[in-house]
Amino acid sequence: MIPLTEARPGQRVRVSKVDCGRSLRTQLFAMGLTPGARVEVLSVNDGPVILSVMGGRLMLGRAMADKVLIKEA
Amino acid sequence: MSNYVRQGESTVSAAGKVITVALAGNPNSGKTTIFNALTGARQHVGNYPGVTVEKKEGSCRHGRTKVNVIDLPGTYSLTAYSAEELIARDVLIHDKPDAVIDILDASNLERNLYLAVQIMELGVPLVLALNMSDVARQRGLEFDLNLLQKLLGAPIVPTVGHKGTGREALLDAAVEVAGNPKPRSALKVDYGREIEAEIGALQDGIERAGIETDPVLTRWLAVKLLEGDAAVRERVADQELVAAADGAARRLESLLGDSAEALIADRRYGFISGACQEAVRSTVESRHTLSDRIDSVVTSRILGLPIFALSMFVVFLLTFTLGKPLADGVQAGVDWLGQATARLWPTGSESSLKSLLTDGIIGGVGNVLVFLPNILLLFLAIAFLEDSGYMARAAFIMDRLMHKIGLHGKSFIPMLVGFGCTVPAIMATRTLENRRDRLVTILVLPFMSCGARLPIYVLLIGAFFPQVWQAPMLWIIYTIGIVLAIAAAKVLRSTLFKGESVPFVMELPPYRMPTLRGVLIHMWERGGQFLKKAGTIILGVSILMWALSVWPRPSPELLQRFDQERSAVQGRRDLSSQEKQAMLSELNNATAEAKLEHSAIAHIGRAIAPALRPLGFDWKISTSLLGAFAAKEVFVSNLGIVYSVGQSGEESQSLRQKLQQNYTAFKAFCIMLFCLITCPCMATVAITRRESGSWKWALFQAGGLTLLAYVLTLVVFQGGRLLGLGV
Repeated sequence: MIPLTEARPGQRVRVSKVDCGRSLRTQLFAMGLTPGARVEVLSVNDGPVILSVMGGRLMLGRAMADKVLIKEA
Repeated sequence: MSNYVRQGESTVSAAGKVITVALAGNPNSGKTTIFNALTGARQHVGNYPGVTVEKKEGSCRHGRTKVNVIDLPGTYSLTAYSAEELIARDVLIHDKPDAVIDILDASNLERNLYLAVQIMELGVPLVLALNMSDVARQRGLEFDLNLLQKLLGAPIVPTVGHKGTGREALLDAAVEVAGNPKPRSALKVDYGREIEAEIGALQDGIERAGIETDPVLTRWLAVKLLEGDAAVRERVADQELVAAADGAARRLESLLGDSAEALIADRRYGFISGACQEAVRSTVESRHTLSDRIDSVVTSRILGLPIFALSMFVVFLLTFTLGKPLADGVQAGVDWLGQATARLWPTGSESSLKSLLTDGIIGGVGNVLVFLPNILLLFLAIAFLEDSGYMARAAFIMDRLMHKIGLHGKSFIPMLVGFGCTVPAIMATRTLENRRDRLVTILVLPFMSCGARLPIYVLLIGAFFPQVWQAPMLWIIYTIGIVLAIAAAKVLRSTLFKGESVPFVMELPPYRMPTLRGVLIHMWERGGQFLKKAGTIILGVSILMWALSVWPRPSPELLQRFDQERSAVQGRRDLSSQEKQAMLSELNNATAEAKLEHSAIAHIGRAIAPALRPLGFDWKISTSLLGAFAAKEVFVSNLGIVYSVGQSGEESQSLRQKLQQNYTAFKAFCIMLFCLITCPCMATVAITRRESGSWKWALFQAGGLTLLAYVLTLVVFQGGRLLGLGV
């Protein structure tokens, strides 16, 4: 399990845990980032992270991406 | 929980039925376009009382039925996370609309259905609009609509919002669903044995406590309690029940290994993906779309920032170069109107009414209208960037920089709007959910020099700097504003607004070609905010300032003397008519100057002048600055009067000459610096008060900025004097 910020561009991963406060968790779930969700990492550098989730594209601020733990798909 | 919406109406009148339809959907799903397509021009925007959430309503006729449409705020879910979601669900539960249309982005169906599932769990009569179905088809997605309808339990209408396709079918479905006499039936997602058991127990508890009897609602409340929904917990108010829910959640977590909320969300998505797997086929094997490929360039480390800088440059170039001739045109029009009105009175008439109409009202309206072209052009450009999807990428690129000052990418958009007018910019901060981020952004927004300050800069730079220095000087002034905003944000974030940076998540909609209609409507939303909210206050304060500049009047003897001198000039035979005109003009200017000198505003200006002298300002500048409380632009016109060049604008050569005679380039710079920072116009103060919810922040902003302007200009001026910088 590693945080999203340590993923590699192009990597396909699954969300394993969302390690943050309740309100943020709720927001992430509503956008498709539930535990077990399949996600493709599109862009990772020292700014926000861009993901492909369920056909849409999400941008997570770095602090947020740090709290999303993933594992290889 | 809800006293801000009326009961839904479903009545039969002589002309046919009246039904209420609510539009729900994710942001970026095309909901607004469909709302516009349904209601056309028959819409109006208000506010839900007590919260800063827009209430959009409209209506249309469909056959013999009148359809009232409520455009609910765009939401991803129906949780208690944001005011928008709470409003959406309150309207659905308490307002009982006759039908709900949930607008789904067909290319992003599974996530869009998350909201639909929650609406279905409420048992509201539902129609699903499969929007942007053209894009989905292009992407190779195929939908078995009949099967999908059956699996989801709601009629589905394919639509293409920006072409208006499906509008009639959508209304047909809504009217039909609304007219269906069957009682409320809700979707029951199977949450699994363990969770269902806990739900059942909580339902019993809710019924026993007398909170609710409708089984659809008891189930809904039970699920929300398990999810830990803050608003439901508050509403239920039964300690035992809340404790029971907490206990249930804990049991589920230790049994199943994840929070109850995560498990529930997971099951909803499971239901959705089950339905989609059967009814949706992807025929093209391309995970990456054209948008992704564009993004790999636009958001890349190397090219991202330059592309962004270029786009900003183009936006501002457009605004300044196209805006100027248009603004000149507006000014000419206002001047003409003023003169035409003045001609209704005999020449030289001293009527107060005439002055009120021409200088007060028409002048005041002119203050507002003259920078409307600039502002609208900026908003047009921003609307284009937003509708095309690029703005979200801009927020991405700016995020790294904004992060360094303690804000994030989302704050960037209001700041961009602030270069047009601070009022719509402050309203644009509503997208910042975190109150602290929102307040800091609102407080530093005035540093983004709004359109009204431009005439001040144009006048002073034009008067004191050679042609080749003019554009760079303007650029320097704007940059100083930005630098100060950054510094102020940093200071605020390390003192009054301390705390961890709030994480943010933002959707990146696919790129698309904006439609002219969409962009114009979008531009007009912000432009309208400027006119209605800023404009009315600016007009009001302008009239007040006018009154202060007209009373008290000079003594009748003095006025008579001017009159006599005027008649004397007109009676002279030895002057050509051209020379007479020139002398009369001078006399008129002198009269105006005398009137101003006697007025209340000049008295106040002279009273505060000593305080401003250390900044290098004389009483004429102080008096002109007072007028700028109404609108910054008034500074220029007041300066014209005080230097007795009469009605003049920032291009006026005579005013420029007068200024050159009396000040230096360095002093002009200090004036611009002061104007850049000082208290924003009254309209901004009023909107800050409304959006922040208290006078505290509005006054802090006004006072703080004025103080900062004073201190900084003082330091710069005195420092310059010490260095002998042309004082």
